[in-house]
Amino acid sequence: MKVAISVNGKQVEAEVEDRLLLAHFVREVAGLTATNIGCDTTSCGACTVLLDGESVKSCTVLAAQADGRAVTTCEGLAGADGSWHAMQRAFHAEHGLQCGFCTPGMMMAAVSLLAENPDPTEEEVRTGLEGNICRCTGYHNIVRAVLAAARDGRAAQEAS
Amino acid sequence: MSIMGTRVLRTEDPRLLTDGGVYTDDLRLPELAGAAHVTFVRSPIAHARITGIDTSGAAGQPGVVAVLTAADLPAPPEGGDPTTEPLLAGDRVRYVGEPVALVLTEGRYQGEDAAELVSVDYDPLPAVPAIEASLTGETLLFPGTDNNVLGAGTAGEGDDASFDGCDVVIERTVVNQRLAPVPLEPRALAAAWTGDRLTIWSSTQNPQLARGAIAGAVGLDPALIRVIAPDVGGGFGAKVAVDRDAIAVAWAARHTGHAVRWIESRSENLVGMVHGRGQRQTYKIGGTRDGRVLAYRLDVVQDCGAFNRLGAFLAQLTVLMAAGVYDLAHAGASFRAVATNTTPIAAYRGAGRPEAAAAIERAIDDFAAEIGMDPAEVRRINVVPPDKFPFTTATGATYDTGDYAAGLERVLSAAGYPALRAEQARRRKSGDTVQVGLGMSVYVEITAGDMGGETARVVVDAAGAATVFTGSSAHGQGHHTAWAMLVEDELGIPMDQITVVHGDTDAIPEAIGTFGSRSLQLGGTAVVQAAGEVKDQARRLAAEMIEAAEADLKLNTASGTWQVRGDPATALGWGQIAQRAGPDGLAADARFDASAPTFPFGAHLAVVEVDTETGKARLVRHVTVDDAGRILNPVLAEGQRHGGIAQGVAQALLEEVRYDVDGNPLTSTLVDYAAITAPELPSFELVASETPTSINPLGAKGIGEAGTIGSTPAVLNAVIDAVSHLGVRHIDMPATPERVWAAISEARAGR
Repeated sequence: MKVAISVNGKQVEAEVEDRLLLAHFVREVAGLTATNIGCDTTSCGACTVLLDGESVKSCTVLAAQADGRAVTTCEGLAGADGSWHAMQRAFHAEHGLQCGFCTPGMMMAAVSLLAENPDPTEEEVRTGLEGNICRCTGYHNIVRAVLAAARDGRAAQEAS
Repeated sequence: MSIMGTRVLRTEDPRLLTDGGVYTDDLRLPELAGAAHVTFVRSPIAHARITGIDTSGAAGQPGVVAVLTAADLPAPPEGGDPTTEPLLAGDRVRYVGEPVALVLTEGRYQGEDAAELVSVDYDPLPAVPAIEASLTGETLLFPGTDNNVLGAGTAGEGDDASFDGCDVVIERTVVNQRLAPVPLEPRALAAAWTGDRLTIWSSTQNPQLARGAIAGAVGLDPALIRVIAPDVGGGFGAKVAVDRDAIAVAWAARHTGHAVRWIESRSENLVGMVHGRGQRQTYKIGGTRDGRVLAYRLDVVQDCGAFNRLGAFLAQLTVLMAAGVYDLAHAGASFRAVATNTTPIAAYRGAGRPEAAAAIERAIDDFAAEIGMDPAEVRRINVVPPDKFPFTTATGATYDTGDYAAGLERVLSAAGYPALRAEQARRRKSGDTVQVGLGMSVYVEITAGDMGGETARVVVDAAGAATVFTGSSAHGQGHHTAWAMLVEDELGIPMDQITVVHGDTDAIPEAIGTFGSRSLQLGGTAVVQAAGEVKDQARRLAAEMIEAAEADLKLNTASGTWQVRGDPATALGWGQIAQRAGPDGLAADARFDASAPTFPFGAHLAVVEVDTETGKARLVRHVTVDDAGRILNPVLAEGQRHGGIAQGVAQALLEEVRYDVDGNPLTSTLVDYAAITAPELPSFELVASETPTSINPLGAKGIGEAGTIGSTPAVLNAVIDAVSHLGVRHIDMPATPERVWAAISEARAGR
């Protein structure tokens, strides 16, 4: 079937197998490989992207289901001028990544979390990231990074 | 070294945070355009004879390039070791997930379709699903052998008379359960030919070891193989070198002449990648009622899984480290390593040492409970005192440096131990349904124990920029940042002018790579030594150029210039000197071989709450000292501790690979295998402590595995402590709600 999906603001049209997963569409049709696949049971969250602004695990969405919709991946976080998103800055500043494999999905989940709750407690951050597995960091610095990005976001809100 | 202890953020991050880095399956290289996708056909049965394989149904399917089975492999030599692991199962399968055939297809999804159509006839054999069944020897895994024991050994005293004179002797058999490493990037490998050379991209911790293993297995001269480690999404020991499945993929490239690429699914990973731990341990501890431990013995049965990849070696490390941090009059240990019809066991974060620490730290708490003494006090009485280092244990380890009591006191003080005990007493008295438990461990471990050394090459070019070629292959540890710090400190070349190269056997022909918490102490030292040699070369050249005596020259590391002392006008930059050196610039190789392993140590205190009505244990605080000698970059060292602690907590509370009685895996997806998640953990409270070693010039020990080794026993001890007043003396790991609830119920019924 033919699908047309906006990926990071760019229209990608392709003839694809009905069963093609959105994760594979992003990686192999759109050619954006930051979105990783870490499991086959929707458990690990490495493949998390935003679909029309809400986080989804792209290994459990068919490309067909995303037809006509807008996907944002990790590559779409930075501004057009290359300036980093507050979440990227926070993950760097707080050493919120080690091997980096969970990171794109983790950041997308965290962006979605803060969109819903701009002022989360530590516990709310931990619960909000329950669907994303990291094996390197023990989550300690990921949680700190998300809380720092939230503070940044609120500060920017107040300044504007 | 002035740079030691400086907090520096990682130079690795920008790539990983923006375009997500380049892991093996991300490679979009021209050499791999048109590479065939490899899909495994794996055994669905734990133990069976293969009576036939029919590949014809798959061979004609759309996109199928080849279907390969053991029949395509060279026949194994006559009269070889019957326990040798083949690349593909021939006449027999020995675990669920064992590779039986490979399907090569043009498209990724076509592989799974075609693999379904490979028809394998199995004639089931009785399964040996666990240690107990293996020890009976009723069913043998390997025809031509007379038992399932693949290795055995002893250390220290073998005489049970050493327990004579003890007021109290406790003996208990406990489980150190099998775990799945679950690096978030599963195994992956790609291979392509360039003329007669095979380039292999592999998600490995050790490209050079992988090159050797692949060369031997596929029959190619190592010089004709280039192994590259792209970004690697975690390893934790499970990606040491390259394993059977990955070698089989490389062999497929060798056999067919095709470029190939492979990434496994998580469901394959959980049965096909090695598992860790897997010991049945019997400890015996004896001492006096006033708290002195006089004798300890540990007898281990190691589950190797279906083949002895590393199982016997892990148990050997457990035996070596059996005596822990204690100054014991008598200690001894033994192991037997046995085959079962399960996934092979090999290194996983700690690799033999967490098992040793878990046993003795559980035993010490068991002893403390028996004599009614605070477990902290028992440890104070029995740890090796600081004036006894270097200290050689009865089981044969020589600990370099340590101050075990100080580590414990720092942790207890940071945690507010007396107040926590008071809170525990209050809840016990009030009969609160949520009880508090305090658990501790004082541990020692061995790092860089392989004695293989490590290599480095430092080059300074005509632009004054440096390139470091390191044998330490990184997969998340931050070696690029760390090595650049070392070179900036040594040469005064700023970090942003330093490139670190790792993980390419053409660029770095000789190396060992990363495991056993060896990198900074070996690879880092080699970098410093190579940089030092470059500095010596530069001094000689600068002396010629300025026409001054070498002894009068000084490197200003703040500006990165050489000058005659007190005469800034003579200043020469690195680029100028490198030009003088010739077209290749300045370059030096170094290889550092340590004279002995190092022994990091520490203490952990876990605070848990246990709901006595549901059995649910929740870790609420975790306070640690993890002393790994001198720290280069605390940001990185703390990150290693965090990750290690989490994996250790996971063993105590959640994670376990399980099989049914027929050897069928019950935890082959991440729905069934309880990989620990953020809400199950608190933020960790890290206490700083640095006791240098003299084994290497940096004074550094390893930090990669320490957190895991300390946290598991502390958390388990805390869970048991929370319900000990109800009569519970032991709970096997993982302390799931079901187990804790059952232990409480049993204890209550027994009263």
